[in-house]
Amino acid sequence: MDTATPAVTAALHDGTGIVAESTRVDARRHGELLLPAVDRVLAEAGTDLGSVTGIVVGVGPGPYTGLRVGLVTAATFASALGVPVHGVCTLDGLAYAAGLDEPFTVATDARRKEVYWARYADSRTRVTEAAVDRPAEIAEQVAGVPAVGAGALLYPGTFPDARAPEHASAAALASLAAERLASGAGFLDPHPLYLRRPDAQVPRNYKVVTPQ
Amino acid sequence: MADEPLVLGIETSCDETGVGIVRGTTLLADAVASSVDTHARFGGVVPEIASRAHLEAMVPTIERALAEAGVSARDLDGIAVTAGPGLAGALLVGVSAAKAYAYALGKPLYGVNHLASHICVDQLEHGPLPEPTMALLVSGGHSSLLLAPDITADVRPLGATIDDAAGEAFDKIARVLDLGFPGGPVIDRLAREGDPEAIAFPRGLSGARDPAYDFSFSGLKTAVARWIEAKRAAGEEVPVRDVAASFQEAVVDVLTRKAVRACRDEGVDHLMVGGGVAANSRLRALAEERCERAGIRLRVPRPKLCTDNGAMVAALGAEMVARNRPASGWELSADSSLPVTDPHVPGAHDHDHVHEISKENLYS
Ligand SMILES: [Zn+2]
Repeated sequence: MDTATPAVTAALHDGTGIVAESTRVDARRHGELLLPAVDRVLAEAGTDLGSVTGIVVGVGPGPYTGLRVGLVTAATFASALGVPVHGVCTLDGLAYAAGLDEPFTVATDARRKEVYWARYADSRTRVTEAAVDRPAEIAEQVAGVPAVGAGALLYPGTFPDARAPEHASAAALASLAAERLASGAGFLDPHPLYLRRPDAQVPRNYKVVTPQ
Repeated sequence: MADEPLVLGIETSCDETGVGIVRGTTLLADAVASSVDTHARFGGVVPEIASRAHLEAMVPTIERALAEAGVSARDLDGIAVTAGPGLAGALLVGVSAAKAYAYALGKPLYGVNHLASHICVDQLEHGPLPEPTMALLVSGGHSSLLLAPDITADVRPLGATIDDAAGEAFDKIARVLDLGFPGGPVIDRLAREGDPEAIAFPRGLSGARDPAYDFSFSGLKTAVARWIEAKRAAGEEVPVRDVAASFQEAVVDVLTRKAVRACRDEGVDHLMVGGGVAANSRLRALAEERCERAGIRLRVPRPKLCTDNGAMVAALGAEMVARNRPASGWELSADSSLPVTDPHVPGAHDHDHVHEISKENLYS
């Protein structure tokens, strides 16, 4: 599952292929929609959570509130079921869904006029760390290659060759993870990639109330 | 008793990640991870920092509570969680965890009200709540007088603060006095060495025509700050202990006076005092004194159960199970402004449907 983009997406992979998938795009209702999505996927596959042998979760980067819904759900499932939880960079899932065999960029919407982004050599190979930047500031680094994701589609000035997919897909994420499990490639810890420090200011002195 | 409901409760409405386990009205575990130290240098709770800390602490705190209680998750009869009110992002971490846990274990889920939980926790200390219960809830986030004929279904607000919560006033005065955050414990400690009658600070909303059960602490806060600023402007030393004692006295005087009056007016012979400020020693002492004089039985849980914790949520969840209240649906969401009149958030779908899904997902 992945909740790091406006998509609330869950999928079930049986080691051979995707058995069922549910994706709904609603950036403000991750908390409400994720569990019903999981339930729908399992019901459609005719199975239950108890038969799942591993959980894969997109660790972002992504807007924090939604991102945490997927991560805490995955961690809690894993604890209750006694199965492992594997973290995958959300941008890697999008890159895999893009299915491109050439260098490209993945960019998602980080709000505040910024994008979360990374460069890829092909759909399985990320060549830069995920970062958060203003599109204009990374124009040179992403020039001349196609780009996928809502962040690319939002800023055509920086990403003239922007394409679908727009948001994360759990089916792609699960397929990528199944490949990594089969090949013995590693996973990330299931911890959030925030990339930004929390907005918090140490207050200055209290406001004096005596009229001056 | 073994046939009483065994419930795990999760609380993340502010800066404490709390997981408690109860069997009926018996406390089995009360695990809390607090991010308060991280917030201290900001002089208040920073929502994003609290949410990040909840995510990190959630699963370890659940596992700690289960170990502490010595029970297996499989034996639970339900999972309860604070659905509101509170900080939206913080609540969402707990609600998501509770949903995942209940779903994975095939247990019913109960999204409950934070304020009703603060009242219900006293069942763990003093046994079943009398019906109705009169409750005075005071903390950094709320100051309310509530009448609860049935804590699972019928909670009526009689009065509330019209501006700052009582705990907020403690924090603000502590800041004016450079005492750090949170302000409650340090003011309580200093006030013990001060004279509560040294300075006559105003009692908000205490006039004959003022609302009988509402509170106001904003005017008091300003009056105290002005008094301190005047001393400083005159180059005099601020008598910190006397200020703390006199300020604290003004707060607890109004709180207890109005609570006792509400009991009298409504013919209720019990008063429950809860919330973080109920840990204040002067509030406890004055409530005791005034209740005794009025022939009212006072119920105040031990301080650790007054501050936010998971046991209080579990206590209310157990009551929901015991009274066959409908479980919440899997689409349960966090509601930062959940009204106190909703002790819990039943599912949009009918009860049977929820359980049917749950059973299908029992893992053996
Ligand atoms: Zn509280």
